Amino acid sequence: MSWITQTLTSTIGRKLVMALTGLFLVSFLFVHLSGNFLIFRADGGRAFNEYSQFMSSAGIVRVLEIIMVLGFAIHIYTSFVLTRRNQKARPQGYAFSQPSANSSWFSRNMGLSGSLVLIFLLLHLRTFWYTYKFGDIPTVTYEGTEYKDMAYLVKTVFQQEWWLSIFYVIIMVLLSFHLMHGFGSAFQTLGIRHKKYTPLIEKIGIAIAILVPAGFAAFPIYFLLTR
Amino acid sequence: MKLTLKIWRQKHANDKGKLVDYNVDINPEMSFLEMLDDLNEKLAERGEEPIAFDHDCREGICGTCNLYINGRPHGPIRTTTCQLHMRHFHEGESIVIEPWRARSFPVVKDLIVDRSAFDRIVQAGGYISVNTGSAPDANEIPIPKQIADEAFNSAACIACGACVAACKNASAMLFVGAQISKFALVPQGKAEKKIRAEKMVAQMDAEGFGACTNTGACSAECPVEISMTNIARLNREYIGAKLTSDNV
Repeated sequence: MSWITQTLTSTIGRKLVMALTGLFLVSFLFVHLSGNFLIFRADGGRAFNEYSQFMSSAGIVRVLEIIMVLGFAIHIYTSFVLTRRNQKARPQGYAFSQPSANSSWFSRNMGLSGSLVLIFLLLHLRTFWYTYKFGDIPTVTYEGTEYKDMAYLVKTVFQQEWWLSIFYVIIMVLLSFHLMHGFGSAFQTLGIRHKKYTPLIEKIGIAIAILVPAGFAAFPIYFLLTR
Repeated sequence: MKLTLKIWRQKHANDKGKLVDYNVDINPEMSFLEMLDDLNEKLAERGEEPIAFDHDCREGICGTCNLYINGRPHGPIRTTTCQLHMRHFHEGESIVIEPWRARSFPVVKDLIVDRSAFDRIVQAGGYISVNTGSAPDANEIPIPKQIADEAFNSAACIACGACVAACKNASAMLFVGAQISKFALVPQGKAEKKIRAEKMVAQMDAEGFGACTNTGACSAECPVEISMTNIARLNREYIGAKLTSDNV
């Protein structure tokens, strides 16, 4: 084995991969969320539709899209490899254990919160990305150019399929749990721990874990309330 | 003080093993291990096999005693099993007593596990290669008090294995982090810090310990309060060593 594969397949190396891809995916959340807020503009969905068109056609976005998919794939694959290894490390469990005495629920259930977010992600892609790309959705024309009416799709899905909206909100709570541990943990894995910075990193982690999922949950909640 | 003890009994490494109930009436002034000694004497009188458990100094410094008591390593308070006293339990309580559970710590008999995996990790690099001449005078190597204290805090690890027992992944990162830190912080250990990090982590992985999820359970249960800083330093030392050492 070369030193690179040796490093990347060691337990610490795999955790390093988890941390780097995890932090990268957090940056994706910010981009996604900031674009979404365009739907709240009182312009009949024009800014949001133009943004959607840009996101599905611009060359640089396509490149970033591939990197993002790789980021997800590597993060998910590595989590499976690590989970399998960790399960094998304790083939026989305790008859009685009190894990809540020494650690947080969030930190012990990253696999659960992550898996539910993954299921959500597939459903989310099917509902919006697939429909936008290949589905039959109405179009609008702004100054002679035709755009797919993504704003209409989002509004109707969240308003008509109320159960899906509620599912979205629940999953955002789980995303919050995932970030609550994940953000700070990534820095610890990178070896960044210092009394000057760690308290700040932990506070930023909690802020991200609350504000970002709350921002995403605002969309289904808004459309549910304006039915 | 009447108690019901549910103790893991396993005749040998390949035996399936099970929890067995023992009703005891003890003096609340006893230590946890004295209670087990007392029970063992009674079992011997009855012609039954005494319960096998590890213990040595009974002063909380050797790291030999290791029992998973009521769902936590070393029981409800932060100490070693030998320093735990029965006043921390109440009349009529049921106490579940199990061995450390980890693939790398196989059960030898009853509550005794084989922790030689830790020894092999230390043998892989937990030392300084100086084998000639006498020890230098301590004052000849200036080390700031703060750094000396930090290295000493890491060196306080007694290798009891509570970190592995507490970890949901049976990870040995806190133990290895403490071993790495006590050398990496002081000039004597710095010369070999890269090869040490590489070899000790390779051995840790080869022994089959899990990876670190940073839950902090290890540090929270550590009887000598080894901090999570040791794990961050281990990550830093290992990644740095892999990126910059001459070992291809």
